[in-house]
Amino acid sequence: MIRFENVTKVYARGARPAVDDVSMEVRRGEFVFLVGASGSGKSTCLHLILREERPTSGKVFVAGRDLRSLSSWKVPNLRRGIGVVFQDFRLLPNKTVFENVAFALQVIGKPRHTIAITVPETLEMVGLAGKEKRRPHELSGGEQQRVAIARAFVNRPPILLADEPTGNLDPTTSLGIMRLLDRINRTGTTVVMATHDDDIVNQMRKRVIELDTGRVVRDQAHGSYVRSDEETEPLTNPDPAPMSAPTTVVRRSAHVDAAAGE
Amino acid sequence: MRFQFILTEIGQGLRRNLSMTISVVLVTFVSLTFVGAGLLLQAQIDKLKDDWYDKVEVSVFLCPVGSAEATCAGGEASPEQIDALETVFDDELGDQVERVYFESKEDAFASFSEQYPDGYLGTQLTVDDMQASFRLKLTDPQNYEVVNDVVTGRPGVEVVEDQRRIFDSLFLALNRASLMSAGLAAVMLLAAVLLITTTIRLSALSRRRETGIMRLVGASNLFIQLPFLLEGAIAAVLGAGLAVGGLWLTVKYLVTDWLAESVTWVAYVDGADVLRIAPVLLGIAFLLAAIASVVTLNRHTRV
Repeated sequence: MIRFENVTKVYARGARPAVDDVSMEVRRGEFVFLVGASGSGKSTCLHLILREERPTSGKVFVAGRDLRSLSSWKVPNLRRGIGVVFQDFRLLPNKTVFENVAFALQVIGKPRHTIAITVPETLEMVGLAGKEKRRPHELSGGEQQRVAIARAFVNRPPILLADEPTGNLDPTTSLGIMRLLDRINRTGTTVVMATHDDDIVNQMRKRVIELDTGRVVRDQAHGSYVRSDEETEPLTNPDPAPMSAPTTVVRRSAHVDAAAGE
Repeated sequence: MRFQFILTEIGQGLRRNLSMTISVVLVTFVSLTFVGAGLLLQAQIDKLKDDWYDKVEVSVFLCPVGSAEATCAGGEASPEQIDALETVFDDELGDQVERVYFESKEDAFASFSEQYPDGYLGTQLTVDDMQASFRLKLTDPQNYEVVNDVVTGRPGVEVVEDQRRIFDSLFLALNRASLMSAGLAAVMLLAAVLLITTTIRLSALSRRRETGIMRLVGASNLFIQLPFLLEGAIAAVLGAGLAVGGLWLTVKYLVTDWLAESVTWVAYVDGADVLRIAPVLLGIAFLLAAIASVVTLNRHTRV
């Protein structure tokens, strides 16, 4: 689904590469944590996948497309297949929850009846049914992030990128968000999440790709993560159970069994 | 959906920067009024030329008694010389000359006496003080030089005169006025482009969040930029509309209702001429907005 081949990205001439000779592959339906300290190149990797940046050298493939040779007028089409969630939510303050989610469909020209069906469905799935008319400032941080996730997922993209989605949230709320991302993953969506929240990584027991100063230093199937700034402090929960058994198959247009509360 | 969505966006954008929008409208209005005034002056000049050049002639004055010109050394133009000149008009200048009218000195004296029955400034002139002349009507008044070259210097010809000269100073004045108008228009148009650029930039900055999200969810470039483009275009076209309206009112009240009533022997521009230049003004407004948008948008809303 996503493949990096010896990708190097240098922002300013002569500067240290933000991403240095990275090769990795994320397969369809995988859930991958991209971990590492600030400045390790996590965000640059996401920018490269979104074709917000082009690699200085090497190749990036997303859904079979070589992003190096992708002409810029095809970039919007690429991005329609990728949902993105950020640490700072990036909601439109003067629009309601419903309008924020609908906005993503309006601007790519979806017909009104599609919006009328898909948006409530998605809001229900992320656990915001009944809050359609609220504005972002009337919601808690976790709820705002759910709106952002709904917006990213409303077009049912095959890939969901999350850049520190729990960075502004407390641990309990974060857990709810992670459950939601996990559910989205189990609809068949490939999820790549950049984070340095070790608790979450360790609880989820998913594939971990660790970056350090732009290089891949570890790629582990059911990995854990120890933050380097915390030295070797033992994990709070040395053997956490996976949050959910990955056996249940959820249909893509998910009907909802109430998302975890906050 | 798309269409309605874009319309909503445009409405919001125009309202959000209302004062800027108004200033864009006004600046385009003033600048295009100057452009239009220049164009109307040119139209007026063309009308005068059409009107007057039809009436003007080239006069070939023949040697009178006692002329100092070298070609008149033989004294008054003889009937042979006059005949020779007529042949020249018929043969050599057959294409240029549409009509020839010969005015003998008796005819000239008659029309002079008619004009000044009491003599000119107290002088007593006789038939011999008059001079005979040919009046030539040219097929194209612009060909005066050709006629002049052929006729000047022939025996019996004292001087060739183009009546168009009389109008030259008037046309010069009108031409200068339209040049000045064009100069002012250029300055104002520059101001308009800069102002539209600033307006679009402000608008783009105030909607950075929206456009950022649009880019991320895969809205096309055109879709993102269209509202901004149309905002600039709408403001500029509004200005052009005001300019056309202003010019039309000016022409109606100043020219058609007043000038044409008091000085009736001249052909004037009218409302139809204003309508004829209206598409030009609208086109310029659209072009202004397009230039400004291309300059700004590529920098502020790129994918």
